[in-house]
Amino acid sequence: MSRIVFLEERCKGCRLCVEACPAHILRPSGRFNRQGYEMMEMSDGKCTGCASCAAMCPDVAIRVFRQGAA
Amino acid sequence: MQSERRNAALRPQKGERLVFDASPVLNERPLHYCPGCHHGIAHRLVAEVLHELQVADKAILVASVGCSTFTYDYFNVDSVESPHGRACAVATGVRRARPEAVVFTYQGDGDMTAIGAAESLHAANRGEKITAVLINNTVYGMTGGQMSPTTLLGQKTTTTQAGRTMGNDGGPIHFAEILAQLGGVAYSCRCALDSVKHVREAKKALRRAFDVQIAGLGFGFIELLAGCPTNWHLDPIAANKRISEAMIPVFPLGVFKDAGQEGGGARHA
Amino acid sequence: MKKERVLMKGNEAVAYGALDAGCLCYFGYPITPQNEIPEMLSALLPDAGGHFVQAESEVGAINMLIGAGACGVAAMVSSSSCGISLMQEGLSFMAGSHIPGVVVNMTRGGPGLGDISPSQGDYFQAVKGGGHGDHRNLVLAPSTVQECYDFMFRAFALAFTYANPVMILGDAVVGQIKEPARRIPPKGALSPGKLRLLSRGWRIEGFGARGKNGQPRLLKSVYLAEGALAERNRILIQKYADMRKEARCEIEDTDDAELVVVAFGSIGRIARSVIRELRAGGRRIGLFRPLTLYPFPDAALRELAPGRRFLVLEQNAGQMVEDVRLALEGRARVFWHGVMPGLFIGANELEAPILAAFGEN
Repeated sequence: MSRIVFLEERCKGCRLCVEACPAHILRPSGRFNRQGYEMMEMSDGKCTGCASCAAMCPDVAIRVFRQGAA
Repeated sequence: MQSERRNAALRPQKGERLVFDASPVLNERPLHYCPGCHHGIAHRLVAEVLHELQVADKAILVASVGCSTFTYDYFNVDSVESPHGRACAVATGVRRARPEAVVFTYQGDGDMTAIGAAESLHAANRGEKITAVLINNTVYGMTGGQMSPTTLLGQKTTTTQAGRTMGNDGGPIHFAEILAQLGGVAYSCRCALDSVKHVREAKKALRRAFDVQIAGLGFGFIELLAGCPTNWHLDPIAANKRISEAMIPVFPLGVFKDAGQEGGGARHA
Repeated sequence: MKKERVLMKGNEAVAYGALDAGCLCYFGYPITPQNEIPEMLSALLPDAGGHFVQAESEVGAINMLIGAGACGVAAMVSSSSCGISLMQEGLSFMAGSHIPGVVVNMTRGGPGLGDISPSQGDYFQAVKGGGHGDHRNLVLAPSTVQECYDFMFRAFALAFTYANPVMILGDAVVGQIKEPARRIPPKGALSPGKLRLLSRGWRIEGFGARGKNGQPRLLKSVYLAEGALAERNRILIQKYADMRKEARCEIEDTDDAELVVVAFGSIGRIARSVIRELRAGGRRIGLFRPLTLYPFPDAALRELAPGRRFLVLEQNAGQMVEDVRLALEGRARVFWHGVMPGLFIGANELEAPILAAFGEN
């Protein structure tokens, strides 16, 4: 399975990634970073590594890893 | 980053490829913009294009005034600040002084289309070989959401509290279409940052806006419809919806001029 | 050929001086009485590998100067009074951002549109900063066509030494008068290569130009964090203090003088004529002519104070007289006579106010 990682100190909790994810696997985490923003997290479900979330993230807070060869 | 070294999850695991990361043209400083503000997306796209073209080491950013003043805090390129609206004039001086550089401005709609309309229009008309990036979010963001030339009719701002009216304020200005009329302009387009599809299109257009400069074809211009949740008093998701539902019908997306295309001649010696 | 004395206008001498000093970019907008400068440079600069841009306005021109100056390239603008007013925002940004550039003001009458004849009404605007915030321009005041040529070298050298705007404050007489001058770089003039070296530590060029380990540079004037602007402005104030040593003046016939006339630019040269005539008639009178208006040569003036009285002659409603009084610190009597803008005066018209200053108690 592919996966994404949030650079948590950059996240501002705007949720544009949640909205953009075609697999609907992102959600608010209930945890807050040092800036006071609620961070997002990946829930159970299949991440395809499409990077839609990262494309919409205004804070360059998402890193995407895709499973499989190039 | 120290935390990065400690955090193995930030590195590819066995069988994985890193397919999305920040461009090295952006530094690691967290952006100061409000949650959901599209400046960050635009920054990322510009940085990626500079990286892909391998021109960051000879790029010069001319910053503007507004929320985007601090653009230079995030880009790993040489930069100079300009007075409000004057970025295209400053960029003209930079371009003439450094013919080998890749020169770009990054301006908001208040900066570029109001106080800087003359400087922008004439730099474009002279065919200055620069790239101008206009972030159009229909308000003065930094000063607190006042009306700008691109504010929509009926839009409530802190200086049009009952909504912008044609009778008192005139209508929204269409800068991409206006610039497309000028002989010195090699490329003029409008994109939006409200959806994954639009963001990906914007990246391609931005690349073209830099390509025409590097090819010496003339002035490259891109207008990006962007969200300002704070001054629109909307949450980021609703702000994105406003772009597609209210802005795009008024500001149509598309390429208004491309010197590389048939009949788009703006070639300058 | 350059060594020969050639008949030329002050404006033409400015253009030649700029070219010979290594100026590579000119930006400007037409306004009388300085149009020979852009007209000549539009033809000369491209041939010298430089750039000439006729800007959409003086606002455009000064901002183009910001861009070229930030790149460490010798660049200039020229204009006259109303146009210089439009440039003040840019001048403040240049001073705040440590960006060099040369600005020529061939002053015309004001306020408002005024007229196109000589005036020294922009003295305050030039020497007190002119734009917003605490900033200063270095200001040089030529009075002859030869000085128009020579001062361009000093202007670029000072601009690059201090990374600061430098203004040449002439007027319609200085710009339009025609007299012989030589195109020979003055003693001590910096070569264009030396000028470029002066910008090595701060110019923007793309960080790749500074080698493999080149770091991005930023030229800016905004400092929002608490205390940051205070720190920045302390550096600027120190720079202005360092500039004090650049004060220059011309002192003539003051050894035995009871009365010292203080005058700059075109009025300075007219005053010299009348002073020579009056000395021939036995009057003990001398001339103090500031060549830099900022920094004002106050120490040199103060040295003359004991036993002398001073008369300030200027073509405005009383501007430099304030700096003369400040320089003299109350140690001598200061009289003032103003010539109205728009008048082309002869030496004889300055005789009466000078004689009056002798007689006044």
